[in-house]
Amino acid sequence: MNKLDIINNLSIEKAIEFKKNKDGDNFTEIPNFKPGDTINVAVRVVEGEKERIQNFKGIVIARRGAGINQTFLIRKISNGIGVERIFPLYSPMIQSISIVKQGSVRRAKLYYLRGMSDRKIRQKTT
Amino acid sequence: MNAAILGKKVGMTSIFTEAGVHIPCTVIEAGPCPIVQIKTPEKDGYKAVQLGFEKKAIKRTNKPELGHFKKNGLEPLKHLKEFRDLNGDFSVGQELSVEQFKKGDKVKVTGISKGRGFQGVVKRHHFGGIGMTTHGQSDRVRAPGSIGSSSYPSRVFKGLRMAGRMGGKRTTVRNLEVIDILPEQNVILIKGSVPGGVNTILEIVKQ
Repeated sequence: MNKLDIINNLSIEKAIEFKKNKDGDNFTEIPNFKPGDTINVAVRVVEGEKERIQNFKGIVIARRGAGINQTFLIRKISNGIGVERIFPLYSPMIQSISIVKQGSVRRAKLYYLRGMSDRKIRQKTT
Repeated sequence: MNAAILGKKVGMTSIFTEAGVHIPCTVIEAGPCPIVQIKTPEKDGYKAVQLGFEKKAIKRTNKPELGHFKKNGLEPLKHLKEFRDLNGDFSVGQELSVEQFKKGDKVKVTGISKGRGFQGVVKRHHFGGIGMTTHGQSDRVRAPGSIGSSSYPSRVFKGLRMAGRMGGKRTTVRNLEVIDILPEQNVILIKGSVPGGVNTILEIVKQ
């Protein structure tokens, strides 16, 4: 195995360990989700001393990168305005990821969903 | 004691800290580097430590070089580099490893930068180019502009920045932070980028 792969795997293990330290019993594995799935991401938000959980729920429209550098892009409609957010997959700031609904799509990147109506998106992802 | 080591660039990746900060870092496979020779002011006129890196087959080594290693009972090594004015107790044959460094140390990394061939002034010296593609100068977008006055001085000043060979030069980046040390892998993780591509030989010195 390449040295870089070893380091990548080590840093993934480390990131997961950080998560385990923070969550204790609440720790959840990262599920195997795909573009088109609707997922809920519980993000830690640090406000001064305190830390709280904020949920971000939407459709996965892209996954990119490999190893520890993997990220995913989620899109949701918030008060009529489209909001997109990129998360690093192994970030310790993500408390948990849960699949709300599995979708079925034919593309790896769903950028074409931008600007579509809710109804159209539903048709496209089921 | 200063710390110095030779290494090879493996590539770049990133790591997370416990606070969730994502740090880009370069993976360098460094050492163990045996000390091949110690130069002293009395004998050589200056103080330096010569480090070796990466084993080399005896049949790939010429005789004078082999003698240099054999004198101290060392195996032939591919790369030899001198580090001047290092403080500390050194002895010939002693192996320097990544454990000389620790997390948070500031280091400087020297290596040969990527060669970019013959490049124009925009890429090589960050000139702005001419700017407009209209007013009859559509073919001068990346041109250097004027390179001096006319009859006085009637020549182009020495050292004027112009197009030419770029990269492939010895480059040092200072104030880089050591993110992590992995002694069992002989690996040092350094924040940010370092000169050269993968497999570049790098000199790492603690500041």
